Amino acid sequence: MKTKAFKAALPYTIPICVGFLFLGISYGFLMSSKGFSFVYPMLMSFFIFAGSMEFVTVNLLLSAFNPLYAFVLALMVNARHLFYGISMLEKYKNVGWKKPYLIYGMCDESFAINCTVTPPPDVDKDWFMVFVTLLNQIYWVAGATLGGLLGHIIHFDTTGIEFVMTALFVVMFINQWEETKNHRSAFTGLGCSLICLLIFGSENFILPAMALIILCFSLFRKKEKVVSS
Amino acid sequence: MTTMQSIFTIMVVVLGTLLTRFIPFIIFPEGKTPPPYITYLGTVLPYAVIGLLVVFCLKDAVFTSFHGFPEMIAIFFIAILHKWKKNTLLSIGGGTALYMFLVQTYFL
Repeated sequence: MKTKAFKAALPYTIPICVGFLFLGISYGFLMSSKGFSFVYPMLMSFFIFAGSMEFVTVNLLLSAFNPLYAFVLALMVNARHLFYGISMLEKYKNVGWKKPYLIYGMCDESFAINCTVTPPPDVDKDWFMVFVTLLNQIYWVAGATLGGLLGHIIHFDTTGIEFVMTALFVVMFINQWEETKNHRSAFTGLGCSLICLLIFGSENFILPAMALIILCFSLFRKKEKVVSS
Repeated sequence: MTTMQSIFTIMVVVLGTLLTRFIPFIIFPEGKTPPPYITYLGTVLPYAVIGLLVVFCLKDAVFTSFHGFPEMIAIFFIAILHKWKKNTLLSIGGGTALYMFLVQTYFL
């Protein structure tokens, strides 16, 4: 039963494997270029297991100690998980002991597969989802650890390597942009953030930006309700 | 930051991340449906958060002596490369390589 589920899950994770190894290695490289041992990217990739937040945490570790800011930032950067969770309430129902792991390992990519792929009827759905999640986590931790190790062996000028995070988000932005014809959400995110960056400065803009985004969406929804009724 | 402070910071980040993943399942246990407002936010927020993260990445570049000019060149390059080849890894790798080249040669 498990072998069958594994065989069904593996092909879906191969593209993720390539991506995670590449990004994971870049992340490990970035950490080692900032002077961290490979143990940091290895443990952080395993325990945090949220790529964007791991990149953000590198900045946190290099600035002044502020755990409250780190906590709030983790909530904000990962807020999308709340909505992944809401989307997966049905699918992760009645899976028993596997449920905590499925939730813990719910990164963007595992969510995307588990949310959209229905395995063939002769494949155990619960094990399928576990293997998707587990394989993706293995790729990510392996990549990050490898990058952390290679960073200490291979030496080259790594100035500017932190741009890999910007590049990742820009590509995700373009991909999302092409997924939908309605760009209001994307504009709201960019616009509110830029306005708050200019008003509050680079250190304090994240929270006001997030609040402004939620306020805007609440107003849009109210307006749509008025129009439709 | 000391090693203990680093470990504490990482633990706090782990806790925050865990909360975002587990909260929906705790608030809406099996059999309970979330209110429409929450479901609505679930459909629109993912698009906005990526925009926020892009700005977050550029937050310091804007206030440097180059005013984010090398970043803009690299982002423009990524957009064109991605439109053309539609290959996520190529776009990320190409964009990062170009940026590293720019800040190591022309924008010191």
